Amino acid sequence: MAVTVWVIVRNRNLFAVVILAGIYSFLMATVLVAMDAVDVAMTEASVGAGISTVLFLGALYLCKSEEARPLHQPWLPLVVSVAVGAVLVYGTLGLPEFSDPAAPIHTHVVPRYLNDIKREVDVPNVVTAVLASYRGYDTLGETTVVFTAGAGVVALLRRRRKDREP
Amino acid sequence: MRYDLVLRVAAKLLIPFILLFALYVQFHGDFGPGGGFQAGVILAAAVIFYALIYGLSAARKVVPEPLVESMMALGVLIYAGVGVAGLLLGGNYLDYFVLDADSVHGQHRGIFWVEVGVATTVSGVMLKIFYMFADRGKVDDES
Repeated sequence: MAVTVWVIVRNRNLFAVVILAGIYSFLMATVLVAMDAVDVAMTEASVGAGISTVLFLGALYLCKSEEARPLHQPWLPLVVSVAVGAVLVYGTLGLPEFSDPAAPIHTHVVPRYLNDIKREVDVPNVVTAVLASYRGYDTLGETTVVFTAGAGVVALLRRRRKDREP
Repeated sequence: MRYDLVLRVAAKLLIPFILLFALYVQFHGDFGPGGGFQAGVILAAAVIFYALIYGLSAARKVVPEPLVESMMALGVLIYAGVGVAGLLLGGNYLDYFVLDADSVHGQHRGIFWVEVGVATTVSGVMLKIFYMFADRGKVDDES
């Protein structure tokens, strides 16, 4: 994954960058499978590697396929992103070990879900039960966000086309 | 790409399986990984695949744009409608226990319809975004 990222940063051919980003998404999906998050891995593979690659290619069709040389050296953004990354890594030091059963997240509502799901919902996939039933409001909000995003894209791109016609 | 025989035949072979897989992910989401969001994306991906091989206008004939636009809103309405159905049957909003005499069956029913709503909205939005992007390239070409 690190190699992919390095090539993406160094490469000036945008077509290669788009394909490498798709490869990165597939690698990320395998990492998520290794971490037992199969639902997320599926989403990553289909959205990250599938749909966004197609959308990037569609955008690439509209512009030049070679990246323009930057006008000035991007030192400030580099410093900011390295600083934010360092803070985040420092933050992960305080997290409990991966799959530690005594972690706070496993002692709060998780036992309640895992113990009562058989009786209350009886759906073998706990992720689905939590998302659709226990966290129904959140998922309704997410669906509305997806709808709003789509409506926003429609509003933006359609006005542009009308400007063009007359 | 529109006249490439190998791609056309391969696409014809693959698309039914992609659609079937989307339905499997949708309805088997209760038992294995998957659910409405993933199924919606796969469904949209099948149509996008079709559009890539056979051209945008062919895809527009199969999945017309008004249908896509109404799917976007319909999914949210289905989801919210499940909540209202719970209200009408005497429960709280988005309370699935009241949807059937047996509360566990009510949960199953609620989750099923909610996932249908999510899949409808997600595939509608994905397709609409793809249509808009692909369409802009075309407009640029013609002008």
